[in-house]
Amino acid sequence: MVEPLLRTDRLVKRFGGLVATDTVSIDVRPGEIHALIGPNGAGKTTLVSQLTGNLAPDAGTIHFAGRDVTRLPTHARVRLGLARSFQITSVLREFTALENVALAVQAHAGHSFRFLADVRRDETLRAPARQGLDAVGLGARADTLASALSHGEQRQLEIAMALAGDPKLLLLDEPMAGMGGEESQRMIGFLQALKGKRAILLIEHDMDAVFQLADRITVLVYGRAIASGTPDEIRANTEVRQAYLGDETAEVA
Amino acid sequence: MAGLLAPLRTPRGLIVALILLVFAVLPLLTQAFDQRYLLSIGTRIVIWSIAAISLNMILGYGGLVSFGHAVFFGIGGYAVGILAANGLQSGWLQWPVAIAASVLWAALVGALSLRTRGVYFIMITLAFAQLVYYVSAGLEAYGADDGLNISRSRFDGLIDLRDKASFYWLCFVLLLGTLWFCGRFANSRFGFVLRGAKSNDQRMMALGFPVFRYRLAAFTLSGAFGGLAGILLANEGAYVSPAMMSWVKSGDLIVIVVLGGMGTLFGPLYGTIAFFVLEESLKPLLDLVHKGWGEYWQIVFGPMLVLIALYARGGIDSLLGRRHG
Repeated sequence: MVEPLLRTDRLVKRFGGLVATDTVSIDVRPGEIHALIGPNGAGKTTLVSQLTGNLAPDAGTIHFAGRDVTRLPTHARVRLGLARSFQITSVLREFTALENVALAVQAHAGHSFRFLADVRRDETLRAPARQGLDAVGLGARADTLASALSHGEQRQLEIAMALAGDPKLLLLDEPMAGMGGEESQRMIGFLQALKGKRAILLIEHDMDAVFQLADRITVLVYGRAIASGTPDEIRANTEVRQAYLGDETAEVA
Repeated sequence: MAGLLAPLRTPRGLIVALILLVFAVLPLLTQAFDQRYLLSIGTRIVIWSIAAISLNMILGYGGLVSFGHAVFFGIGGYAVGILAANGLQSGWLQWPVAIAASVLWAALVGALSLRTRGVYFIMITLAFAQLVYYVSAGLEAYGADDGLNISRSRFDGLIDLRDKASFYWLCFVLLLGTLWFCGRFANSRFGFVLRGAKSNDQRMMALGFPVFRYRLAAFTLSGAFGGLAGILLANEGAYVSPAMMSWVKSGDLIVIVVLGGMGTLFGPLYGTIAFFVLEESLKPLLDLVHKGWGEYWQIVFGPMLVLIALYARGGIDSLLGRRHG
């Protein structure tokens, strides 16, 4: 049994009377793609926000890379190797694609209290940034403002930014959201290529993508993890069928 | 050399070069045309430009609307004034103390106010500035409300600040230094973090930047340059008073930065020039229309600002055509 990279232990988050995360214990092992699925309002994004440090849990702990990170601020978790992409595209719109990734590289290149040297000529940032853009297929768009990129390209840019620091774990919050069929397929291919090299916690609505990519799947309903297992186990789980998958299992199977 | 002259090929570069050239020789011009008063205005434009550039560091590049920036006029000014009133005339002592006081105050205010956002940030920076304002107005030993006449800082054997032209050139050199620093700062690693946080601070945190620390550093840096402007302002008038840091002056500084073009290197310079030129020309013009109206010059200035806000969001800088790089 491999030591998990990320592990939550009975995590709880309440908003007033609503229990958005209800004693959730999940783990992600090195190199695996662990998908988190569930209907809208199941608390997927709330859970991710606690993993990244944007929300503080009311109870329970989060361990990452062998450390208790429950109380660590976001930037410190990122330093440990936990990177994320956002459900709603979040790039720096006034900066070029290359500058977006260069900033991501910069975030991992020691402190940024450097006031005089021109960052636009800093090859220690730009060269890896260019590689990162090439890797997600945005090489030709390096000097385009992020705001001028298509939706799909912005999603790709987000992945390039998340990968820039060579993270141990990627939290991908609906990376295929709003993408066309062809774009989605390309993204699936790209994530497939990452498989084994990097652990990924994937939150995704697209069931085709989830069953193609995931090594393990956890199903979240009303804040509770009702099932966890391999894609085959999840497909066969009657509780999951009733609660969530319904007819979609038939299509996938 | 060709690289140095390259900016002159654009209209924008020519305008900047022309402005700086006029500034560089202003004492000679005012002497030649016997317009001493203009040198005094020119000196204040240069000093206010330094303050506006310092505000632009946080407002323009950082997106942090500080509504108390004139407090640094006051802190820089009063540090000089209080030391001078106690017989400590040396600029070598006064200036570092004034900068240190500004830095400390900026760090303290920044540490508290930067935990808030939006309108709360505006109100907290204003509240801290008002605090210093009222403390200074209560300093009976240093003139209270009436302010304090001081003698100018002494840099014996180096420069005599009582000489108007020498003082002007000192201010001008410091303006060039501030511009140089701000130009480098804006495109440095630090500047990119600050600008990135203005664009999308959630994203910057998710990338691993402790955004608060960078903002605090920028706020403190901005306070240091603001304090420098305060030192110069105190020496320009040989006088300090609470009025230097009234909230109206903080508002004027914001207006100047917005008018000139937020987040641009030369915007604060354009804004300051426009502000002073409009003030100095609208007053007599309105007095000409009806005696006493000059006092209300902002009735004309206000609508001009509204037009800028509506039709030229990038301020004067954006009227000079597209920027390169």
